[in-house]
Amino acid sequence: MAESPIYHKHEAVIVGAGGAGLMAAGNLVGRDVAVLSKLYPIRSHTGAAQGGIGAALGNHEEDHWEWHMFDTVKGGDYLVDQDAAEILTREAVETVYELEHWGLPFSRTPEGKIAQRRFGGHTRGEGKGPVRRSCYAADRTGHMILQTLYQQSIKHGMRFFDEYLVVDLLMEGGRTAGVVALSIADGQLHVFHAKAVLFATGGYGRVYQTTSNAHALTGDGMAVVLRAGVPLEDMEFFQFHPTGIYKMGILITEGARGEGGKLLNGRGERFMEKYAPTMLDLAPRDIISRCIAQELREGRGVDGKRYVHLDLRHLGRDVIESKLPDITDFVRTYLGIDPIEELIPVQPTAHYAMGGIPTDVLGRVVVDEKNTVLPGLYAAGECACVSVHGANRLGTNSLVDILVFGRRSGRDMARYVAESEFPALPPQPAEQAEARIARLREGSGGGGREESAAVVREELQQELMEKASVFRTANNLVQALDRVRELQQRYQQVRVQDRSRVFNTDLVEALELGFLLDTAEVTVAGALARQESRGAHFREDFPQRDDQNWLKHTLAYRTAGGGVELKYKPVTITRFQPKERKY
Amino acid sequence: MKITLRVKRFEAGRDREPYWAEYEVEAEPTDRVLDLLHAVKWHQDSTLAFRRSCGHGVCGSDAMLINGRNRLACKVLVKELGARITIEPMRGFSVVRDLIVEMEGFFAKYRSVQPYLIADGEPPANERLQSPEQRAKFDDTTKCILCGACTTSCPSFWSNPDYVGPAAIVNAHRFLFDSRDQAAEERLALLGDRDGVWRCRTIYNCTEACPRGIEVTRAIGEVKKAILLGRR
Ligand SMILES: Cc1cc2nc3c(=O)[nH]c(=O)nc-3n(C[C@H](O)[C@H](O)[C@H](O)COP(=O)(O)OP(=O)(O)OC[C@H]3O[C@@H](n4cnc5c(N)ncnc54)[C@H](O)[C@@H]3O)c2cc1C
Ligand code: FES
Repeated sequence: MAESPIYHKHEAVIVGAGGAGLMAAGNLVGRDVAVLSKLYPIRSHTGAAQGGIGAALGNHEEDHWEWHMFDTVKGGDYLVDQDAAEILTREAVETVYELEHWGLPFSRTPEGKIAQRRFGGHTRGEGKGPVRRSCYAADRTGHMILQTLYQQSIKHGMRFFDEYLVVDLLMEGGRTAGVVALSIADGQLHVFHAKAVLFATGGYGRVYQTTSNAHALTGDGMAVVLRAGVPLEDMEFFQFHPTGIYKMGILITEGARGEGGKLLNGRGERFMEKYAPTMLDLAPRDIISRCIAQELREGRGVDGKRYVHLDLRHLGRDVIESKLPDITDFVRTYLGIDPIEELIPVQPTAHYAMGGIPTDVLGRVVVDEKNTVLPGLYAAGECACVSVHGANRLGTNSLVDILVFGRRSGRDMARYVAESEFPALPPQPAEQAEARIARLREGSGGGGREESAAVVREELQQELMEKASVFRTANNLVQALDRVRELQQRYQQVRVQDRSRVFNTDLVEALELGFLLDTAEVTVAGALARQESRGAHFREDFPQRDDQNWLKHTLAYRTAGGGVELKYKPVTITRFQPKERKY
Repeated sequence: MKITLRVKRFEAGRDREPYWAEYEVEAEPTDRVLDLLHAVKWHQDSTLAFRRSCGHGVCGSDAMLINGRNRLACKVLVKELGARITIEPMRGFSVVRDLIVEMEGFFAKYRSVQPYLIADGEPPANERLQSPEQRAKFDDTTKCILCGACTTSCPSFWSNPDYVGPAAIVNAHRFLFDSRDQAAEERLALLGDRDGVWRCRTIYNCTEACPRGIEVTRAIGEVKKAILLGRR
């Protein structure tokens, strides 16, 4: 029942309206831009960020962007591209001031300056001890950033297409030519013809069973470009945040430990003293998550269960309620516990994708080991890999990343669209999307068994959680890869029950599952190939970091046959030579 | 425990009247209503339509009428509601499908109050200073997630859809009482308009409905007072 798509033409299209997308859009004011988002912009997951945005303002104590850069590189286990980390940490400072000038209501010091708190892996003097670098607005920093950027977009009268789900990238003659999107409200397909497209679609935490990520974080942008022939970089590095609420995965910000919170095992021991004597509970996340998993393995969980405790009690009511009001509310609401008086049960939760669409420091997507630019294609935010986070992101650095590189992408897009003509559109641009949607709606028709998207998704999430999370082995990863491929096959049999065109969220979820499966495949394939342990990627069969063989970025391509081909590119090292990582 | 979920369903352009669907689901007392909706959608009836994203009360997607009160489905637990749970779309917005309502008018009102900082002149090289006391004055209203729960619980809004509504006023308050903002006069004039704050009859439904615990009625009161005094 294909009907013809509706055509639009804009110089620049931005896919995603979280922090990265809105920041890019703000730097394209004056050009003809359309912002497409499957959620209302204000619902984007940037709004869930809690603890803060890192910048060496030095409002409480001495700090320097060079120290921030060092911490970022070391935190990322030296897989960080250092030219990009330098830009990140230098421009962080002006970015935070810019947000303040736009009205962001930061918490304040007694002198009226932007307040800063401690955070994991952020140190003074290159590892001497914790430093107050995270600029915050209580524990709602992401909410304030998203609000402030959205407010600016209203001020500038930006053009939004809300509740549009982008399903395909269009290319013609080696250039970016636009995207195809489904209007969720009425099921209509739209073709957006453009000179330049930015993907700012966020992460894919929903590939795991326990996650801090929103339901909408299904790796759409990553999968869409992968299908169009672009590689994904370093996808085997997925961060588990140490403190998710037990069973639910809802995040308790690292800021809680930044304010002085401690982790305790089932015996009431402050176990981080053993593992990270200097930084203790403020060691980076990969390390703490592994330590928790180790404590649990060795039977030191609480009551034999799979969690440890986060203790905030000694911080007192004032600090807890004024600096951590939202997480206090979450703990009270979902656990029925008062953190002022009780311990909080926590476990590691899938949190952040270090990998993503490879870009240069201008946000331009690069497609091979030589960093060849694909004209007109940009990516920024969590879906991109610059790479400033390497093998493990430091807390507060994603908010910096989305803004610094969102802005750089927007600026370079403005230049690019001013200099270039519209490419031709490919013939029948919506054909693939139509076919995919028709198959999901009408079913395989082959008389095979009909599958439900929900069931396939649940199995996928469970498989990745069990076999490709904090601890990994070749054995498990081989099984996981087989399993993902089997699920990809079964996905071909998925049939959407909902026949309606109006808000067919059944169809939306089925399309999202397709994206999740593709990101899962490259995640597992990259993890299986990487025979070392670095940052968030820990192989029990190869427990050491191996700079000789593996100080390099993975590039995962989709092959014509449907498999994954892996290539590698070097890491850019400028100031800091790889050293052993101790905290 | 076994829960009976009654959901009001409707599809614009297809159904003449809304109708009730009933589902039985197994749940833990600590499950969210959103978990129940997902249990239905994923394992019983995938045609059930609702919005959601974050799952923990910060994105504002899933405000709906649950046992007669506006709440976020992801922030109310089964144990607070008992074994029979009734769910309807928010009142006062047109229903597009099932629990999904048309939000465009709501956002248009939000945009109408100029919800952005207005400050002339070059900002300093670093941050503008603001004392913790100045910051505290508008703290409460910075928390708004634009879910619509307040506006759609307001009888004044139901009877007069042109009323700008509590959510828009909350967002105007957020700037009006920000020491850095310089457009107080303009803002007060906008809100003092016929469809502005004076439509509020101090019924407090909005305050009760707010899932972020914003004292909405009080914020509206502060705006009213500022209009009467001609200053913030
Ligand atoms: C609970 C939590 C707390 C965090 N706290 C912090 C913190 O304190 N500090 C920090 O630095 N980082 C933090 N992070 C990480 C950080 O918040 C995210 O990495 C960052 O906000 C991602 O921003 P983004 O703009 O890339 O994507 P998002 O904000 O996730 O936005 C993605 C956008 O893409 C759109 N989209 C997706 N797919 C499609 C599609 N197919 N078609 C159209 N639109 C699409 C969505 O609608 C949305 O608008 C936290 C993360 C979580 C989950
Ligand atoms: S799903 Fe985000 S507020 Fe409920």
